[in-house]
Amino acid sequence: MNHYLPLSHIPIGRKARVINLELEGFSRRRILDMGLVPGTEVEVLRRSPLGDPTAYLIRGTVIGLRKDEASHIIVQKQ
Amino acid sequence: MGEVCRSCAACQLSSTDSLRVQYNVNRGSEGDLIIALAGNPNVGKSTIFNALTGLRQHTGNWPGKTVTQAQGTYRHREQKFVLVDLPGTYSLLSNSVDEEVARDFICFGQPDATIIVVDATSLARNLNLVLQVLEITPKVVLSVNLMDEAKSKGIRVDLDALSQKLGVPVIGTTARSGAGLDELKEKVYQVALGYLETNPISVTYDPEVDEVVQKLLPKVKSLVQGIHLNPYWVAMRLMDGDESFLQRLTHYTSLGEVWPKGEAALCPR
Ligand SMILES: Nc1nc2c(ncn2[C@@H]2O[C@H](COP(=O)(O)OP(=O)(O)O)[C@@H](O)[C@H]2O)c(=O)[nH]1
Ligand SMILES: [Mg+2]
Repeated sequence: MNHYLPLSHIPIGRKARVINLELEGFSRRRILDMGLVPGTEVEVLRRSPLGDPTAYLIRGTVIGLRKDEASHIIVQKQ
Repeated sequence: MGEVCRSCAACQLSSTDSLRVQYNVNRGSEGDLIIALAGNPNVGKSTIFNALTGLRQHTGNWPGKTVTQAQGTYRHREQKFVLVDLPGTYSLLSNSVDEEVARDFICFGQPDATIIVVDATSLARNLNLVLQVLEITPKVVLSVNLMDEAKSKGIRVDLDALSQKLGVPVIGTTARSGAGLDELKEKVYQVALGYLETNPISVTYDPEVDEVVQKLLPKVKSLVQGIHLNPYWVAMRLMDGDESFLQRLTHYTSLGEVWPKGEAALCPR
């Protein structure tokens, strides 16, 4: 129940907590700058009609992430 | 007007000219103080800019970029200020064009002070940029804007505690109604002229990181001598392998070897 999985696997309407970023360099920096530091709660809001990107609620702001980006963000389901 | 470039006849630039050539920023006269306006997108930066400068403003582009630039002037206590609106960004480090513009101006435009506008309703998100700017320059005044929205959402911001923690003046503002803007101008005046000395919080890094930085520091210190840049922060960028910053730094410092100190950034070529 407590295992870790990529943010891209979390269904719409669910919340998760950031555990780790499997990213380096500027892409890591960019995700951190969005406020996605370990421990942050993320809510999956909706997916765009084509399935990508997905809108997430992060620290009170709605942010769109591509599936490719979200797949490197390791979270724990809430 | 200070010393001019000795090595190339084409380059007869004062620091006023330098701002114009490199950043499109017009200092009316040498005594005018340059104030940068930074912040996340949508925090009320433009509203503050408009409230302070009124009609005394014009827009253009940052040189060589398609990023819009607004600048304007205002007076406070007989002192003239040139306010430069930077692109709204969450960071200065992830290398978008907007972030490069903001970073370059704060690093090499050498503003006399920087106002950072933050959203009172989402401080945690906004403080990322604040800490990044504080690592570069101590001459900062924080405007905690949208105080009216915070209030209606039941959010109370302890401005004094924030100021204590960050080590810079913190003013609560509601740009839409103008509340707090006089106090903001006063603090900017004091910080820009050095009447009020700030004592910004310093970020502590992991021992492994610090160890490497300490090895780089002596060389970096001599490299950035004469530029108001925090050598520790510069060393961190070198460790990041931040190519875009490295390029700007190289441009700036290599000019410094050929031309008199203080005139390093002046040559447009
Ligand atoms: N309620 C409230 N709204 C504000 C305040 N400051 C700015 N706004 C509004 O917030 C929105 C974004 O402001 P703007 O100045 O364009 O933000 P910028 O993206 O940081 O330049 C606009 O609709 C402003 O009218 C404020 O203090 N209180
Ligand atoms: Mg704006």
